[in-house]
Amino acid sequence: MTKQFTKSIQKALKNQNLAGILDRWNYPATRTKAYEGIDFEALRTLIAERKSYAADHINELAAQFKKVAEARGAKVIRTNSTQVVKDYITSLCKEKGVKKVVKSKSMASEEIHLNKHLARHGIQADETDLGEWIVQLAHQTPSHFVMPALHLTKEEISDLFSKEVNKPLSNDIQQLVKVARKELREKFFNAELGISGANIAIAETGTIVTVTNEGNARLVTTLPKIHVAIVGLEKLVANYADAAPILIALPKSATSQLMTSYVTFITGPTPNDDGSMKDLHIILMDNKRTEMARDPKFKQALQCIRCASCLNVCPVYRLVGGHVFGHIYTGGIGTILTAWFIELKATEDIQGLCIGCGKCKEICPGKIDIPELILEIRRRLATKQGLPFIYKSALSLINNRKLFHAMLRAASLAQKPFVKDGFIRHLPMFLSGLSEYRSLPTIAAVPFRELFKKIRQPASKTKVAFFSGCAIEFVFPKIGEAVVKVLNKAGIEVLFPEGQSCCGIPHWGSGAFDMAALAAAHNIKPLLENDVQYVVTACATCATALKKEWPHVLKGENMENLIPKAEKLAAKTVMFSELVSKLIEAKKLTPKDRQKIAKITYHDSCHAKRHAGIYKEPRAALTTAGYELKEMFENDTCCGMGGSYTVKQPELSMHMLKRKLKNIENTGAEYVSAECPGCLIQLAGGLDKSGSKIKAKHPAELMEERFK
Amino acid sequence: MFTQFKVKAEAVGSEVHRFGTKAEALDFIERFFKEEDINDAPGSYALWADSPILKGVDIKALEKKIPGLKFEVTRQLAKEAKVCITQVDWGIANTGTVAQDSTAVDQRLAAALPWIHIALLSTDTIVADLPALMSRMHPSRNRYITLTTGPSRTADIERVLAIGVHGPERLVIVCIDEAGGKKS
Repeated sequence: MTKQFTKSIQKALKNQNLAGILDRWNYPATRTKAYEGIDFEALRTLIAERKSYAADHINELAAQFKKVAEARGAKVIRTNSTQVVKDYITSLCKEKGVKKVVKSKSMASEEIHLNKHLARHGIQADETDLGEWIVQLAHQTPSHFVMPALHLTKEEISDLFSKEVNKPLSNDIQQLVKVARKELREKFFNAELGISGANIAIAETGTIVTVTNEGNARLVTTLPKIHVAIVGLEKLVANYADAAPILIALPKSATSQLMTSYVTFITGPTPNDDGSMKDLHIILMDNKRTEMARDPKFKQALQCIRCASCLNVCPVYRLVGGHVFGHIYTGGIGTILTAWFIELKATEDIQGLCIGCGKCKEICPGKIDIPELILEIRRRLATKQGLPFIYKSALSLINNRKLFHAMLRAASLAQKPFVKDGFIRHLPMFLSGLSEYRSLPTIAAVPFRELFKKIRQPASKTKVAFFSGCAIEFVFPKIGEAVVKVLNKAGIEVLFPEGQSCCGIPHWGSGAFDMAALAAAHNIKPLLENDVQYVVTACATCATALKKEWPHVLKGENMENLIPKAEKLAAKTVMFSELVSKLIEAKKLTPKDRQKIAKITYHDSCHAKRHAGIYKEPRAALTTAGYELKEMFENDTCCGMGGSYTVKQPELSMHMLKRKLKNIENTGAEYVSAECPGCLIQLAGGLDKSGSKIKAKHPAELMEERFK
Repeated sequence: MFTQFKVKAEAVGSEVHRFGTKAEALDFIERFFKEEDINDAPGSYALWADSPILKGVDIKALEKKIPGLKFEVTRQLAKEAKVCITQVDWGIANTGTVAQDSTAVDQRLAAALPWIHIALLSTDTIVADLPALMSRMHPSRNRYITLTTGPSRTADIERVLAIGVHGPERLVIVCIDEAGGKKS
C-alpha cells in the first residue's frame, strides 16, 4: 500500500459527512420498501440473463444498433479509442461553430475526462445534473455515480454557489436548488449542443433510453439543435422488451423509488423548435468493454446497470467515500471498472479496500459477484506482480503446519509480558495500532490438538470428524472442547484428524489461489480417512472453504483429480450450530430445563450468512438452549475483522468495529454470539477495550452446559 | 386501476383529479387558472399544447374567457410560462406514471419547462404496469416517448428531497372518463 493511499484513507476517515447522510437515508430499509411485492430474485435473474446475452453478442448488437439508428436518421460511430470520441466531439463543435455545451449525466464522458478536453478547445461544457454541476464547480470528481456530490454538505455547496452567482446565499437546500434552476435554465437556452449519456441502448429499435429525476436530460435533448449521446457498449440490450426489467429495477435499487421522475426513449432525430430536425449523433464507446466481454470471469461485470446500490450497502464505502478510489468509478463495482477502463495496476491499492463481506452481492440487480471479481483482480495482481514478500512468507508459513505450530508456541511464550486476563491490551511502537481500539487475544498455552487428547469421550458408532481451524486450535481451544462436549451429549463421538491444517481462506483472500489449492489438497485426505457421518466445523471461515470454495480453487489451479473428493467432503461438512439444530429436531439433544437463562444478541459473520448460508440454525439452537434473542441493528453487517484485513487496513477495521459495538450495546444483551472465531477475536477485543460488560461467546460455549 | 394509479401518483407528489366529462374538466381548469392567478404577465401565463381533447372546443372563446391562456407553444413562451397543459397518452397504475409520445417539440417544451404541468389523461387509458405500457407504445411509431412520474425532483444535496430543480414543481393529472378520442 502506498503512503499516499494510506494518507487518502486517513483524510477520508476524518470527514464522515457521507456516513451521516447514508445513515439518515437508511437505504436498506427504503430499498426493501420499494421492492415490496416484487420477486427480486426473478427480476435480477432476468436482467442478468438479458445483459449477459448482450455481452455475448456485443459486436452484433452494436452493428444492429448502428444500422437501425442510422435508418432512423441518427449518425452512429463506434470506437474503441477514447481519443476518437473526444476528437469527434471537438471537430463537430468546430464544424458547427459550437462554443457552449450543456450536459446531462454521462459517466462515459467522465470516464474520458471530456469536459477538460473541450475546455482546451475553447468550448465550455456545463453539467446540468445538480450533483454533477456541484462537483464541476468544486473542481472535483463524483464520489458516487448516482449522487455525485454526496460527500459535500449544504454549507460547502452554498459557498460554491455563492461564488458562482457572486452574492452570499443561505444554506437552505430548497433555496440552493432554486438558484441552480435559474442559473442552469439560461445555460440550457444558450447552448448550441447537448451531450447526454444513456442508461440503455436498444439494438432492435436503435433507441437510447435516459433516466433522470431532475428532468435535465429532457432539456439537453430538446433545447439545443445538436444532440450527442455517448453510450458505453455495455448499455446495449437486444430487444425493446429487455428495457423493462432494467427500468423496473434501476430506480428501486438506485434511490429506493418505484419509478424515476422522467424516462425518455429517443429513437432518431425529432423536430427542433425552429422546424429543423435534430442533428443526432450517437457514439458507441468501447474502451475495453468488448475485451471484458471476452473474459470468462469479468464478462459478468457488464451486467451492471449503474445503480450504485453496491456503494450504498458497502461498510467500507460508507467510511471512506468515493474519492479514495482515485478514479471516477467508485466503490466495489468501480474498482472492477477501473481495472478495465483504466488498467489493472490502477487498482493495486484500492482492491485492498474490499473486506469481502458480500453485502453488495446480495442486492446487486445485475447479479454480479462483486467480491469474487475483486478477488480475481487480487489474484491477477498477485500472479503478475507477486504478493508483497511479507504476506507471501506469512502465507507459506501457515501452509507449513509443523513450522507454523512451532512458531505459534514460541509466540505464546513471547507474548507473556503483554498479557492480562487472556487479552493483550497494549502493544509497543509500530504494532500499537492493532491494540488501540481492540485488545488482542492471547495464543493459548496448550493448543486444541493437545487438549483433545485429554478429553474422555464415550465411544459411539456415530462418529464425526472435527475440523478445528487455526483460530480454535491456537486461540480458542476451549470452543473446541465445548463442541466435543455438546456433541457427546447427543451420543456422538468426535474424531480429530491429526493431519489437518489451515483451510486456505487466508491465501484465497489474498489472491494466492495456488496456495489455497495446496491447503485444500493437504486437508482433503485426512478429513476423509475415517468413515464419519459429518465433518464438523465451528468456524464460519473454514466452513466457507470446506463447504464451498475448495472445489472451485482446485478447478482453477488444475487439480481436477481432487474435485470429486472435495465435493464429497463439501456435502458432508456441517457447521456446528447447523448440526446442533438438526440434533435438536431429531430429539437427540434436549434442553436441561425450560429456564430462560440470559439475553443474547447474534452477530452473523459474513462467511456464515453469505457464504455458508447459515443464520437461522444458530438462532434456533441458542433459543432452544434457553437464551432470549435480542436482534441488533445491522446484525449481518461486517464487524471489520475480515481475516488479514484488520492488519492491512487497521483503521477501517476499527471504524467498522466501533459501529458494531454500538449496535451490540444497544440491545442490552449479556452476550453477543457469533459462530466465527475471527469475529469473536474482533468483538471480544473491542468489548474488552471499551470496558463493556457484554461478553462475546461462541454458540458452543453458550450451549456447553445446556443439554441433558 | 384508477384507484391504484391515484394512490401511487399522489405518493410521489402528483395531484390527481377525476372528472366524468370533458366539460367538468374544463371547468376545473378554469377554476385552477383563477386560483393560480393566471394572467398575461411573463411568468404568470398558461400555455395549452395541441391536444386531441380540444377537438370541438371553441379555442378562441376560451382564450377570450381566460386572459393569460394561449394555445401556442414556442421556446420563448414556454420559458416564461407558469402553467402548461399537455394531453398524455397513457397512465401506469402501479407507479402512478403518465406516458406521452412527445415527438412534437411543443409537447416537450410544454411538459418540461413550466412550474406547473397539467397532464390530461383519459381514465380508460390507465394500464397495469410498465410492460403493459411498453406493449402499447413502441419506438417504431413513437420517436420520443416520455414517462413522467411526479414532479421534477433531486436529492443531490445531502439526500434531502427538493422539488422543481429543472422541470415542473407540480404535476397535476386531470383524468377524464369521457375524454373522447379514445386510444387503445
